Formats: sequence, structure tokens, C-alpha cells
Amino acid sequence: MKVIVCVKQVPDTSGKVAVNPNGTLDRASMATIINPDDKNAVEAALTLKDNFGAKVVVITMGPPPAAEMLRELLAMGADEGVLVSAREFGGSDTFATSQILAAAIKKIGLEKDDIVMCGRQAIDGDTAQVGSQIAEKLDIPQISYAADIQLDGSKVTVKRMLEDGHMTIETQTPCLLTCIKELNEPRYMSVGGIFWAFEQEITVLDYEALKDDPLIDLDTIGLKGSPTNIFKSFTPPQKGKGVMLEGADKATCDTLAAALLKKHII
Amino acid sequence: MDFRLTKQQAMVQKLCREFAINEVEPIAAEIDEQERYPEETVQKLMKYGLMGIQFPKEVGGSGGDYICYSIAIEEASRFCGTTGCIISSHATLGAWPIYAYGTPEQKEKFLRPLVSGQKLGAFGLTEPNAGTDSACQQTTAERQADGTWLINGSKVFITGGGRADTYVIFAMTNKAAGNKGISAFIVDKNDPGFKIGKIEHKMGIRGSQTSELIFEDMVLPADRLLGQENKGFKIAMQTLDGGRIGIASQALGIAQGALDKAVQYMQERVQFGRTLDKFQGLQWMVADMEVKIDAARLLIRRAAFNHDVGLPFTKEAAMAKLYASEVAMEVTTKCVQLHGGYGYIREYPMERMMRDAKITEIYEGTSQVQRMVIAGQIFKKK
Repeated sequence: MKVIVCVKQVPDTSGKVAVNPNGTLDRASMATIINPDDKNAVEAALTLKDNFGAKVVVITMGPPPAAEMLRELLAMGADEGVLVSAREFGGSDTFATSQILAAAIKKIGLEKDDIVMCGRQAIDGDTAQVGSQIAEKLDIPQISYAADIQLDGSKVTVKRMLEDGHMTIETQTPCLLTCIKELNEPRYMSVGGIFWAFEQEITVLDYEALKDDPLIDLDTIGLKGSPTNIFKSFTPPQKGKGVMLEGADKATCDTLAAALLKKHII
Repeated sequence: MDFRLTKQQAMVQKLCREFAINEVEPIAAEIDEQERYPEETVQKLMKYGLMGIQFPKEVGGSGGDYICYSIAIEEASRFCGTTGCIISSHATLGAWPIYAYGTPEQKEKFLRPLVSGQKLGAFGLTEPNAGTDSACQQTTAERQADGTWLINGSKVFITGGGRADTYVIFAMTNKAAGNKGISAFIVDKNDPGFKIGKIEHKMGIRGSQTSELIFEDMVLPADRLLGQENKGFKIAMQTLDGGRIGIASQALGIAQGALDKAVQYMQERVQFGRTLDKFQGLQWMVADMEVKIDAARLLIRRAAFNHDVGLPFTKEAAMAKLYASEVAMEVTTKCVQLHGGYGYIREYPMERMMRDAKITEIYEGTSQVQRMVIAGQIFKKK
């Protein structure tokens, strides 16, 4: 059994956000972190490794420095790192990225008892589209927003956390799950893991390795091919503090009702 | 010549920083206040390989080096001197002598559990009448007819006493021979005749447990002798050489942590219409502290580097420990001052850091002993 986890290196939004003139993020000038939800996905995979001996493969698409992030995940306990990296892939939107990652996962080999895991969404694009699109490309079942994962042979039972409740769904491997932070508490790297990680080769899948896969439409990848175009991006102004009303009396209720009425909420 | 950390060392630093912020800082004030040993933190330190950093993987360690070890203690001590002390005393005092002098069997039985995160180690040299004059041991070990050792005596101020599973202790095997009559032994906490005595209440590092060890007709099997008979004093001195890198790193972390807090406070605290960082007199205090902290770090890294590559480091480690501990005391005192009244009250971490700093000038050789070691090394060469 193998768990392939898709991870993304994202800008650390607790620091300064820098934007290129063309509207894309100036990633080079910003500190990076592992996308938080992806770390939960890695932890879920490592739990399956602890309990069932699954092999954990972490995969990312990004520039060569993203290999360092893969080493951090190896230091947490992942077995193999795969870097999908090529100039032709740069600037890809979610539609393009999911084609490329699906082809890369196929290349790694998705077998009957394997699971693909992704974080729910990345904190830079915030689309939550890549995981679902990968599942569609690979034509495997998907369950998003996983807050609990149980494995029994090839049966996967997932509790999905939704805004207004939760839903429990069963499916079969191979499948794709997107993970949320409520799923677990990611472990730290270990010191021994760090030294081991730097002894491992990171597999690189470049344009040549993937371009002939029928899952990829070469006209719709990279910055040029991506159907999404960014017209403008900006740092939004900070939201106001909001208004706090205190009291359980009629006058407070009237004030609240008047405020809601004024904003056409009621 | 390269002052940068390697990629591995930088990643260890990242791990230790995350660990310190998430696991160490939140309980630092509480364990001090309640004199509570942070068992939960120790379990996690073991789990993530932070208790055997500098030992090779072949003996069960994490495969790192003394630079990484120093980094781990520094990062933990930035928030909690107790945690830095626990890592340092376990790894260098408890485990290292067995690593350096143990037989293959002793390493397998006692070292592997210590450096792979299964058990805790401690070191027993100090006695009521053998502090700085550590050769003046009164604990005795007599070889009996069946080859076992009969040990009587006691040790005081033992870091980790009552918490550790394995102790390296020292006793006179030839009373007439002075420091040439001392031998080292490995003691298991369950050995008959071994008892934990008084647990001390301390000024600082209050979460770490410090106790008396009592040996009352304690019988140890013959194979518990560590190294050669009557050669224990050298083992003790060499162990302390390495331990000083740990204590220096603890001092460094405390100083850095105090300065970090003071810098943050100075940017927030307004007096006379401006934040404190706008006052030149205070800026100069901060600049001086920054210089000293950095100098301490460089001394420590050099001593650790020498240890890692097999160069002599006795003088270097003593210099690092002497300087870093005195810097820690000076910096924490000044940072209390920069906080004014808030520095003196327990709601802020400053007074705790100042109390924690003091021990670094005392244990594993007082500042006076460090000067003796340094001078001894200078005149030895002439």
C-alpha cells in the first residue's frame, strides 16, 4: 500500500506579501512554509504508515528549491520525495497543475490499494480545486474535507466536515482525499529523520518525463496555457473591528434589529 | 572557513525552534512556579531524537553533531532554562561517558536506551565535601571476593536525580591514591542499595529535579565498572569538558531569549511620549548585549566544531562556558532593568530568566574553575 501526498510550498503569509507587476505572487522574495492543510495530509499518511506499514510518497510541483520542503517531509517520516519541476510548468493555474500532478502520480504508479491525499486548499490561491481536479483526471473517487479517516482493507471511511454538520462516506481504494486541519496534529521532524533525509535522492519529474502523458494537454499548461488570467491582485485593507453589543434587554435587541435592518440582512 | 550552518544543522534549528515555541514556552512559567518536572516535554524530546542528537546512529543516536546539540539547547533555553538543562545533563553527562568508555555490552545495554529516547541518564560526581575539589571523593567502592562492587556513600546536587534511569557515578577504589584512585560505575535506578535522598528547592531551573543519591551497601555486578579501575577521574573531567558546551548553550539561549523579549518590549512600551527603543541610552545597552551574545555563540560553535572534528576543545569549551554564563547573568540582569517594575514581577518571564541564568555560572564547574582550566591549558603549553 502506498499513500501519495500532494504538497505545496506557499508564502508565509504571517510575513510581508509581495506581488509581481503581472499580478502573480513574488514568491522569491517571500519566506516559504509547507501549506498547513498539506501538512495534515502528510500526517494522515504517516498515521497509515504507522498503523498499516503504508509507503508514503510526497510530491510537489514547484521550482527546484521546493526540494528542501520535500526533505522536511522526509524528516517527518515520509519515504520518498518527488519534485515535479520544469520551466514549461511555471505559472500553471489549478486546471494546468492538476493535469501535470495527475500525470506525475500515474508515473509514480497508482495501484489498487493506494490512496492520494491533498490538503483541502493552499493558503496562497485558496481555491481548493487541485485535489478534486486530480481525482477527476485520474478517474478515481474523491472525498473532500476529511476530518477522520478509517481504513479497513480496501474500504475507506471518511468523516467529512462541512460548515453545517458532517457526513460519513465510504469508498474503495484507490481514491483521493482532501484533508483539513481538524484531522490531526502534524508531528515534528525528528533529528534522526533530518540526517536521513539529506542522504535520500529526490526524484525529479521534468517536462520530458511527463509531456507525452495523455492526461496532459500541452496547450493548457504553464502560464500561457492556463485558462485563468489574473487581472489584478492586491493586499486587501484590514477589516474593521466590527460592532459588539452587550446586554440581554429589549433596548439592545432593538439596536441589533435596527442595525441588521439597515444592512438589509432582515 | 564558513560561519554558516549546514543545511542539516539549519533544519535541526528549525525543528528545535518550532518545538520550543509550541511545547516549551507555553509551560515554562508554570513548571518554574510549581517546581514541576516537565515529564510530557521530556517524552517528546525523546520521541523526536532530541535527547541523543550528537550520537551516531550505530549506537542508537540521531546521527547529528555537537553544533546541532548546542542549537537544540539554545533554542529550548530561549524560553525555558529548565528544558535546556534537561537535554544537556542527559546527553553529555549521562550518556557520553558510556559512549566514550563503555564496553560493547555496556553500550548496548545502557547507552542505546539513553540515546534512542527510551531512558534518561544522569551523572553523580559532586559530594557534600567534593564540589570544586571533586577529587576529594568519600564514596567508596570495594571489590568483593565474587568480583562484585560494594559501594557506600552519597552524592548531592545531582541533576535529574530521581528522574533518571541510569547514572554514571564516581567512587574511590583506592583511597590512598587521591584522584588516581577514583573509578566510574554505571548504576541502574533499581540496583539494591540505591536510594534517592533529599530533593532540593532551587533558585532557578526549578522544573529540573536535583537530588541527593544515596548508596547504602549497594552491590554492583563486576561489569558495571566503566573504563579502567582507578582511571575514573579522567572520565569525569572529559565528560565535564563536553558538558560545558551544553551549559554554555543553555546560558546563550537564556541570554538570547531575554534580549528578544526586551527588544519586543522596548518597541511597545511608551514613556515620555516615545517607545523605549527611541532612547539612545537604552539602544546602546541593547547593542552591547547583542555583541556579547553573538561573541558567546561564536565561542560555543567553535568549541562544538572542535569536538565534532576531533580537535582539542578543553580550553575552548571552558572559555565558551565562562563567557556565555557571565553574559547570561549580565544580559538577564539588564533585561530586568529594561522592563523596570514589570521585569521584577512574576507575570513577566524576565525575573525567571535572571534566576535561571545564575546556575550557569555555578554548575559543571564554577566560573572560577573555568578560569583554572583555561589558565592550566595556557601554562601547560609553555
